[in-house]
Amino acid sequence: MNNIFTSPRSILAARHARGKFWRGVFFSSTLIGLIALAALILTILNRAAGLVVITDAVDRNSLAGRPLTELTRPELVTILQDHLTRTRLRTLERNNGPLDSLDEETLINLVMEQVVKPTIRKSYTLAETLFQRAAIEQEIAAMRAETPNLQVEFRSWLNPGFLTRSMSATPELAGVRTAVLGSLWIIAITILVAFPIGVGAAIYLEEYASENRVNRIIQTNIDNLAGVPSIVYGILGLAIFVRTLSHLTSGAVFGIQGSNGRTILSAGLTMALLILPILIINAQEAIRAVPASLRQASYGLGATRWQTIWHHVLPNALPGILTGTILAISRALGETAPLILVGASSLINKDPTGVFSFFTALPIQIYNWTARPQPEFRNIAAAAILVLLVVLLSLNSVAIVLRNRLSKRGT
Amino acid sequence: MQKELITHPPLADAGSIRAIHLKKKPRLGEMFIQGFLFFCGAVSILTTLGIIYELGKESLLFFQMPGVTLIEFFTRTEWQPTIGKFGVLPLVTATLMTTFFAMLVALPLGLSAAIYLSEYASPRARSILKPILEILAGVPTVVYGYFALTTMTPFLRLLFGDQVQVYNTLSAGLVMGIMILPLVCSMSEDALSAVPQSLREAAYGLGGTRLETALQVVVPAALSGIIAAFILAISRAIGETMIVALAAGAGPNFTFNPFLSAETLTGYIARISGGDVAYDTPDYNSIFAIGLLLFGATLLLNILSRRLVARFREVYE
Amino acid sequence: MTHETNNHYAIETRGVNLYYGNFRAVKDVDLQIVPQKITAIIGPSGCGKSTVLRSFNRMNDFVPSFRMEGEILFHGQNIYAEDVDPVMVRQRIGMVFQKPNPFPKSIYENVAWGARINGYKGNLDELVEQTLRDAALWDEVKDNLKKSGLSLSGGQQQRLCIARALAVKPEIILMDEPCSALDPIATLKIEELMRELSRQYTIIIVTHNMQQAARASDYTAFFTMDDDRAGLMVEYGETHQIFTNPRDQRTEDYITGRFG
Ligand SMILES: Nc1ncnc2c1ncn2[C@@H]1O[C@H](COP(=O)(O)OP(=O)(O)OP(=O)(O)O)[C@@H](O)[C@H]1O
Ligand SMILES: [Mg+2]
Repeated sequence: MNNIFTSPRSILAARHARGKFWRGVFFSSTLIGLIALAALILTILNRAAGLVVITDAVDRNSLAGRPLTELTRPELVTILQDHLTRTRLRTLERNNGPLDSLDEETLINLVMEQVVKPTIRKSYTLAETLFQRAAIEQEIAAMRAETPNLQVEFRSWLNPGFLTRSMSATPELAGVRTAVLGSLWIIAITILVAFPIGVGAAIYLEEYASENRVNRIIQTNIDNLAGVPSIVYGILGLAIFVRTLSHLTSGAVFGIQGSNGRTILSAGLTMALLILPILIINAQEAIRAVPASLRQASYGLGATRWQTIWHHVLPNALPGILTGTILAISRALGETAPLILVGASSLINKDPTGVFSFFTALPIQIYNWTARPQPEFRNIAAAAILVLLVVLLSLNSVAIVLRNRLSKRGT
Repeated sequence: MQKELITHPPLADAGSIRAIHLKKKPRLGEMFIQGFLFFCGAVSILTTLGIIYELGKESLLFFQMPGVTLIEFFTRTEWQPTIGKFGVLPLVTATLMTTFFAMLVALPLGLSAAIYLSEYASPRARSILKPILEILAGVPTVVYGYFALTTMTPFLRLLFGDQVQVYNTLSAGLVMGIMILPLVCSMSEDALSAVPQSLREAAYGLGGTRLETALQVVVPAALSGIIAAFILAISRAIGETMIVALAAGAGPNFTFNPFLSAETLTGYIARISGGDVAYDTPDYNSIFAIGLLLFGATLLLNILSRRLVARFREVYE
Repeated sequence: MTHETNNHYAIETRGVNLYYGNFRAVKDVDLQIVPQKITAIIGPSGCGKSTVLRSFNRMNDFVPSFRMEGEILFHGQNIYAEDVDPVMVRQRIGMVFQKPNPFPKSIYENVAWGARINGYKGNLDELVEQTLRDAALWDEVKDNLKKSGLSLSGGQQQRLCIARALAVKPEIILMDEPCSALDPIATLKIEELMRELSRQYTIIIVTHNMQQAARASDYTAFFTMDDDRAGLMVEYGETHQIFTNPRDQRTEDYITGRFG
């Protein structure tokens, strides 16, 4: 008998072929995500190192006939005194202290900055450096014909000096120290404010809140806040912390003069509001994962609610809460838009000294350097991005380790 | 009759027992702690009220300025608050364009990747692929802006020639799509994995192939969760700032040409507030009016998305 | 008001109805628990045994939809009165749960914790040793007090949970199917322990195991479900009488069905 359901072989084959085809499509989509990530990383690495062609305003080797690093401190001071005007020297001494008292490294930096004034004529990407060497050599030879004192060197834009130098208008002398310190200060405030409030709110919602209208509104509100664009938090920070509360955030109430609300404190508070909903939701999940039997055991022994929470719920939820907090913090570290609104300024080269300092931050520096048209700024932006990504990656590794420890203990 | 079955047991002499104090004593410490915790929860309400109050107040001032009317705001095609041109349309169209290109990338790729991860990938492959995609979600958006400017735009210029401006909405949109892809993927994957295994088994049992099961049974069952992911993605794209601030262009431009530079709502806010914007100027107030527009639009989308997710949960939990 | 009389049942319920939302889970229970005896509560699944038991130390307070009518007296004092602190009730009426649920802390800490939070002033080490001895666990764990409570076997964990309850020095211990997750030997140990404990403590145990109720208890209450799914107490009396000479057909069916 003929089975009417038995489709001809060809139809079945077609169905399988279709299956194979779409499987390929689905897989490729996943692959595209991975390729995008690779492209992103390569883009940054590509710009973070490569050949550079430098010319000095005053040839650095002609200054004393020897390389600068071999000179003594008095010799360096003499060079500065010989090449700079009196007013310029006075300004320098005002900013840095008397020249005689400075250490060798600072002096060399000053000589480079003030006298040698190296300018980058051309910088090549890593890919160009590696794969188009011949073309580069030709181009450099042509440049040499015009300007004789050219220096060609392979430069990693991410170097120790980049981490320890402060902001500068010349890309090869610029560094991220001030920006990194700014970011750290901001994050410190963010954690101090957001962690206790966030965990507190999570405990309230999970352990205390009864099913009533007020608590439902709080929960819904938190869920909605988590989706508000970060720039809106920036606007809120501008209006509340920078402007309305400027007495507090500028430090005026503590007797600090001549400041305004565009300070680290404002930035930290704004970031705290921004990550609060995320932190609360993560902490809630961690608290919810603590088995109810543990709470019952505690209550059954005549413990109060807070004793139960403090001795049993929180210790068991802690790894989860910390993981969630770290993730929220890494979000805050990379946020740029709110900081623009609350007045981060990329031109700042003084290290922050406290919560009432003006500030710049790592992502702000990246933004400003990227926005400049000169390719050298793209180079240092790439180096700064590497710094930021390394920090974020380490934070996330900590979070993953914590999470794994948590899941191991659960079994 | 019931009562007869219940024997009251005799009361044995139990000896003396401890005194019984069961009365409530006020536990001041506990009450204080609970009060503090409630305050923590209420901070979020204060935040929302703060946002609404400040955006509302300053926007009101904006619309009270001479020459600004709601109608003009939503219909004129020129935006130059300092010289009295208050048509928000060019910013809106730029935002819609970048969002559109972002969705062109994020939705199909995100959903396909989710289907692959949930329906095809071995547990081992998934445990490797998912975290890698999550890295993509953790990269700060300013880095994506850098990527758009230094890689995507030159690439587009390679493809389409010099008609592509250095700043353009297409490049910003496409890169934004890459940024949002992991969000779409992980939310959709959650929805797909929540579909009960029994449904898949039923489909296989009827002779369905893996593709037919995935597309005709699992995806429809997870549809509201997937749509919720899509809506959230749109909201994310509208509110995204750094990519467009870096790559889409500075300066409003009423155009539908994806190769031209045009400023979005968020890009405008970032540019204007970049310097020290003076208080109570048209610029300052306009930030809030546009912020209100952003807040309203994203809030609506978020609520819609959460509604859909909640409905989806109801079905399967 | 302070009672210092022994002229009362350990627990006495008067016209108790227990609700989850609009659903009446248990109706019209009048029950007297004799001090320092073991009372078993038996009955088919879902008839409200756990609900009744948990209402004796106000563990049901944590279920938002829970509501009760009537009075539950602890030595004559209504534990549901407005001015009663549930925490204090639970200090006097401890509980052992169906699944052993030790804290993820050391054995020592598991026992000491409850005493400490309740302001125990004496020597904790002695208390821990004494209660572990009372719970017949001391010999097995005395060398490993620092080990996690979770590292013990199921039966040991359950005895640890009993020790933990004893350390708070309650008067009544509520046990909700304490042996259902244990093997027969561990079960027997717990039964012996209960017998031992009943010299000092009032014990109320919910069990599905007929033999256990018959063997281990002095009084037995039989619950069943009515047509409206509400649980009710059918018969209550001395265990010996309930098992040898049940007066109600339903009791007899249930017991013989299980013994069958
Ligand atoms: N938290 C709750 N919310 C709503 N209804 C509940 C809750 N706990 C129990 N019930 C209902 O109350 C009734 C009695 O439940 P209970 O757990 O007291 O039964 P039980 O006699 O202990 O059953 P078992 O022998 O299976 O443990 C059941 O119908 C149950 O569905
Ligand atoms: Mg039960």
